[in-house]
Amino acid sequence: MTDAPLSPVREARAVKRFKRAWDSDFAYSFRRSPVAVVSFVVVAILILAAVLAPVIAPHDPFDPATLNLMNGFTPPMTENQFTGEVFLLGTDDQGRDVFSTILYGMRISLFVGFSAVLLAMVIGVTLGLVAAYIGGWTETIIMRTADVQLTFPAILVAMLIFGIAKGITPPEFRDQMAIWVLILAIGLSDWVQFARVVRGATLVEKNKEYVQAARLIGRSRGAIMLRHILPNVLNPVLVIATISLALAIIAEATLSFLGVGAPPTKPSLGTLIRIGQEFMFSGEWWILFFPALALLALALSINLLGDWLRDALNPRLR
Amino acid sequence: MTETMHSDDRANAAAVLSVRDLVVEIPTRAGTLRPTDGVSYDIRAGEILGVVGESGAGKSMTGNAVIGLLDPPARIAGGEIRLNGERIDNIPRDRLRRLRGDRIGMIFQDPLTSLNPLLTIGEQLTETILEHLPVSQSEALERAVAALEEVGIPAARARINSYPHEFSGGMRQRVVIALALCAEPDLVIADEPTTALDVSVQAQIIALLKRLCRERGVAVMLVTHDMGVIAEAADRVAVMYAGRLVELGPVREVLTRARHPYTAGLMASTPLASLGHARLKQIPGAMPRLNALPAGCPFHPRCERAGERCRENPPPTLAACEGRAACWFPLTPETEESAA
Amino acid sequence: MLAYVLRRVFQSALVLLIVGLVAFAMFRFVGDPIDNMLGQERTQADVERLRTELGLDQPFPVQYWRFLEQAVQGNFGLSYRQGRPVSEILVERLPATLELAFVSGLFALAFGIGLGIFTAIRKRGFAANAIMTLSLIGVSLPTFLIGILLIYVFAVELGWLPSFGRGEVVAIGGWTTGFLTESGIKALILPAFTLGLYQMTLIMRLVRTEMLEVLRQDYIRFARARGLRERAINFRHALKNTMVPVITITGLQLGSIIAFAIITETVFQWPGVGLLFINAIQFVDIPVMAAYLMMISVMFVGINLIVDLLYFAIDPRLRVDRSAGKVT
Repeated sequence: MTDAPLSPVREARAVKRFKRAWDSDFAYSFRRSPVAVVSFVVVAILILAAVLAPVIAPHDPFDPATLNLMNGFTPPMTENQFTGEVFLLGTDDQGRDVFSTILYGMRISLFVGFSAVLLAMVIGVTLGLVAAYIGGWTETIIMRTADVQLTFPAILVAMLIFGIAKGITPPEFRDQMAIWVLILAIGLSDWVQFARVVRGATLVEKNKEYVQAARLIGRSRGAIMLRHILPNVLNPVLVIATISLALAIIAEATLSFLGVGAPPTKPSLGTLIRIGQEFMFSGEWWILFFPALALLALALSINLLGDWLRDALNPRLR
Repeated sequence: MTETMHSDDRANAAAVLSVRDLVVEIPTRAGTLRPTDGVSYDIRAGEILGVVGESGAGKSMTGNAVIGLLDPPARIAGGEIRLNGERIDNIPRDRLRRLRGDRIGMIFQDPLTSLNPLLTIGEQLTETILEHLPVSQSEALERAVAALEEVGIPAARARINSYPHEFSGGMRQRVVIALALCAEPDLVIADEPTTALDVSVQAQIIALLKRLCRERGVAVMLVTHDMGVIAEAADRVAVMYAGRLVELGPVREVLTRARHPYTAGLMASTPLASLGHARLKQIPGAMPRLNALPAGCPFHPRCERAGERCRENPPPTLAACEGRAACWFPLTPETEESAA
Repeated sequence: MLAYVLRRVFQSALVLLIVGLVAFAMFRFVGDPIDNMLGQERTQADVERLRTELGLDQPFPVQYWRFLEQAVQGNFGLSYRQGRPVSEILVERLPATLELAFVSGLFALAFGIGLGIFTAIRKRGFAANAIMTLSLIGVSLPTFLIGILLIYVFAVELGWLPSFGRGEVVAIGGWTTGFLTESGIKALILPAFTLGLYQMTLIMRLVRTEMLEVLRQDYIRFARARGLRERAINFRHALKNTMVPVITITGLQLGSIIAFAIITETVFQWPGVGLLFINAIQFVDIPVMAAYLMMISVMFVGINLIVDLLYFAIDPRLRVDRSAGKVT
């Protein structure tokens, strides 16, 4: 194969591949499902908005210089009585633009969500492969640990890990480290699903002829696991990853809402809702309402997408 | 032996089950399928009618239509089904339900999955008996024990409180038969009752079915794809192909002197020791899918006798060809001799 | 049967030992217990004395054993934050959480199983489809948002129900109950609904899936062929078989209600152990965290054990199979 960036042959092949993908059952069932299309579009818009937050957001909520306390508690789409400024979704108590804080908050929520799932996936897939392929005591220890952890709800495990990590971190670094601790806590609380599924699938694949053949021609264990077995267990991993993403985002929001997650200096959607809840009784509903709506849209659309994906990749379940 | 089953009245009078021009339809996105198309037959008391054909030929669908257990969207689109002379294809659901188990019993293919694993066989028998017969709980239990004894379960009284998993496959099929017969039905539909069993057990179950049929005078519809089972058990045999009945006649006649080319081909491809075939032949091609039936006779693409007529016209009805083979060019004793 | 029970009990004990190890490690290594107990003004002698007093100079296994000994007696030391024995605080807070969990568990079970059966039997009906769609939204909603929504509607806008606290409670012996006063019951409604809703949705979806699977089985077809009534088929044949897998998972779900109570208790400022735990994390109050972990583990493991034994009672196949090990 040549490395020419876009030789005509390659281009033709790419077009063909795209056409085949477009015509596949998978794509067909996607086009046929309005729920899947809508939720995909919503997820895409939200992710794009979060990524482009510095460009889109009218204010930088983390830059104290742009804040004006006079702007505090401005309702949405109304002129502030002191400064005359207008904010799309209003401002919070400190005069931060709610729209901007949501964009930045979503950035943190998504960053934590994706990173945590990535962490869980790497840990889970590795341990699952290793457990199934090596077996023996290694397998027993890994899977028993998984069983014990599964006895407890993930959110509780995450809280515990967060608590321990907080205890270990010196107080002055706690706010800085909070995001990373969150990722660690949620990631470690969620690896079990991956490990179980990968182990199950590997046990099946391991005994198939092509793996036996690879072993016979003297491929190393590591090479067989990575080159032969891993690609074959990716389908279920993808489904779990999507569902885990929704769960991780909800977990992050929950922890932050409970005050054991992202700190107010770096608010995620959950932190924003925690802050907004205080103003619910005094009538400044928008400080709570819009972040809650954003979280709802994010969690719901990812969940619906994951639900559809599970059905699409597993036709038997319908 | 000449077949003069023509006089409908006489046949009807004796028939327990009488099916006339039965059509089952399944509406699908790709058009309406007819897994059973214009099927007619009778079963008399004490008689076993074997219904034979390849999988997908519409055998089970016919049985399910009779007992009223078609899975939606499949539905009866035409024809009549009469039980003891009374129409049962258009009666209310609840009346049909009462007939099931009471007047019509059914035996399924796999005894391992036909019994509820969480209820004892006694519970499953008595619930059926109590549903259909006006007896007390204790009397129902007595009848349950008797039913088990009748199908040859040893120590029936002791085993009545056993769960299905405590029985072997053959014993479980006996329990299933006891369940089908415990309310003393007039008609039993046995859908591949031996397919899931070991060969040695198959013969026992067939013998049991035959005995119960003779002793109780039950009419039995025996659905199977196994020519051996047909040869062993059936009095008459109905051959189905692509949803249609292609040949119907006494079992000896059909097996040894098939008139429809499909039946002949089926026989030639079946290893039957008793019939002494030297070599197995196969029918070329495969049965067409229901959504792609050829015009004319559905068998013509695979038939070596097919002529112009077969490609253009649907085959004659069974009634029109004296009840034997729905074919424009049936094998006759003469053609058979000339071929030999 | 006995061997099976013994093995399950042994496994449960093992899990508790491991959790105990985690709790002990938290005590011992997260932060310095001596730092936490002594103030800024301390002498080296003080440190040494406390070290001996706490047994921190002993080898690790000995320390662990002493920790377990103390834990079994319910002694988890003093809360760093409140300076009172942790066990005393837990006992004081526990009734609130248990009452909340009990009511929401009951609600989740009753409606979850009921609606699950309904949506399975009326698979194609409008109501069933509407319930299923709503339930998907329900699963996607974070619990705390539901709580906030309920507070907004019923407490802020309508003013029918209180938005926080337990209302008036009556003390009966060491137990405080909110069941006996009107304000106590009013205060319970919103939190119990919030906490139970998610579990109810899960149970409902599980029951529906399992029941649909069971309704496809041959023995259901055979039961129809025997002319049994729809009601007998749905409730005698299908439901019993549905309950076998449902019981296991539902049992675990109900266990996690106590853990999820943390969220609900925070939203509604419900004075239970969950709120205590969250505050403990915020202030790194390790003894409280460790004690809560141990307490909730005992509950979980206990529920697991009961669920396994129930499973055993409901499925006759397991009673005879010697290879009951495949059920875990």
